[in-house]
Amino acid sequence: MNRVDRRKIEEAVFKVMMVGSTLLIIAVLVVILATVVVKGMAAMNLAMITQTPKGGYYLGKEGGVLNAIVGSVYLAGGATVLAILIGLPVVLYLNVYAKRGGRLAAFTRFSFDVLWGVPSIVYGAFGFTLMLFFGLGASLLGGIIAVALLILPIMCRAMDEVMRMMPKELLDASYSLGATRLETAMKVAVRQALPGILTAVLIAFGRGIGDAASVIFTAGFSDSIPYSLFRPAATLPLAIFFQLGTPFPEVRERAYASALILTVVILAISVVSRLLARRFTRHIVR
Amino acid sequence: MEFTTHISVQNFNVFYGSQQALKDITIDIPDKKIIVIIGPSGCGKTTLLRSFNRLIDTTEGVKVRGKVLVDGEDIFDPAAEVTRIRKKMGLLSQHPYPLPMSIYDNIAYGPRIHGTKNKKALDGIVEHYLKVSSLWDEVKDRLHSPASRLSVGQQQRLCLARGLAVEPEIILADEPTSALDPKSSRRIEETFMRLKQRYTIIIVTHILRQAKRLADYVVFLYLGELIEHGPAKEILENPRQEMTKEYISGAIS
Repeated sequence: MNRVDRRKIEEAVFKVMMVGSTLLIIAVLVVILATVVVKGMAAMNLAMITQTPKGGYYLGKEGGVLNAIVGSVYLAGGATVLAILIGLPVVLYLNVYAKRGGRLAAFTRFSFDVLWGVPSIVYGAFGFTLMLFFGLGASLLGGIIAVALLILPIMCRAMDEVMRMMPKELLDASYSLGATRLETAMKVAVRQALPGILTAVLIAFGRGIGDAASVIFTAGFSDSIPYSLFRPAATLPLAIFFQLGTPFPEVRERAYASALILTVVILAISVVSRLLARRFTRHIVR
Repeated sequence: MEFTTHISVQNFNVFYGSQQALKDITIDIPDKKIIVIIGPSGCGKTTLLRSFNRLIDTTEGVKVRGKVLVDGEDIFDPAAEVTRIRKKMGLLSQHPYPLPMSIYDNIAYGPRIHGTKNKKALDGIVEHYLKVSSLWDEVKDRLHSPASRLSVGQQQRLCLARGLAVEPEIILADEPTSALDPKSSRRIEETFMRLKQRYTIIIVTHILRQAKRLADYVVFLYLGELIEHGPAKEILENPRQEMTKEYISGAIS
């Protein structure tokens, strides 16, 4: 076989492999969505999203998972706000104040990577220990803290990626006008990175709302909508978990309906984040 | 050539780590003239320029020895307030970097951080400096659209207006036309010629013809050393140093 033919065959084989892998990824997404939609729609009704569980809900009687929907939104929302309050200063410090390529910056970035890899049940256990220490029971606040810890490295790394792409000359332009580092960070760096920051925030929110292991001990579960930070709160992932674990087929079907609700929430967040990111790129300087 | 001194550089050295970028520079920069710094790339032109507003502070591992006096004040004195020093100087860089905001906000950025909050006053400042940099007619109907949508030539004029809006005394320009087309370059040069009545303008360039067109005073650097400086006519037409002669004739670059 001559060289030209061999190279052509190589090319063809690898192309088939790449196309195949790509199709596989798309197929997985479609199958997951299809399963959730088909199985979830069967048990889906207005009550699922407008009512809290009534007396015999877990035995297949009437009610819905409004408690878990609201609980999840409160919890992931609170955790996201907390993570922004801690994460944004860290990222601004790394990119505007700290020495570029300095040891502290390198170590901080390494920490993000390590924390990113920590399984969420560990955050749950750590949060639980913290709560015991402060004498706090399973509560919305406990869950918020555990989920904030979980999503903090994700948010920070995503923000850091976009901030590092920022041209140094842009900061220089601000300094040369007599701006302080803080003014430069808040008015120039944040604005330049705004689309990336928004995406990071929404990715983190999406990750937080879907996580079960970190909230199982920290947020607890409740059939009512949480009205205080110190009350237990239900979450959608746990609602799915509990419903799937029952011996009643009607309840197991409702787990799929809950999964459908969670999926729709996360899809909506992805779409919104795309749109917002596009909206805010108009001022970006390249 | 008689002149009053605006910036006085005295035995000034800059090190990047172990590498010395500027070697014992001593020079007096005249007031309200166009000073052009020439020399081959890597000779320290940009470093010298960025020393004047202490932007070299933001470079890692930089060390400075010697003095730079602006209006008689040592700007590298630890007690000197860097934001006030920088406010005295507008900077134009090689490539224009508008801030990530509207045209209006770009110009208003400097005055705002220095305390001008009044809307009417800001409107006036924006209009005035956009006119000075001859950009007003092109943008007056879209002041609130993003500065990033302007052409590169317009962006450079915007950056000039932005620098002037903090009311500096000195304009620092680092190869300000190198990213621009000939027409935009000419507009920037014309603006400089008008502005030298009011400002001391220091331009780094590697374009000798530009130096001839603009310079009142020329500084020639080579490998971090000050080879020769003086009135433009003398240096460009009758250099005393062999090295300057060679550079101007194109033998070294």
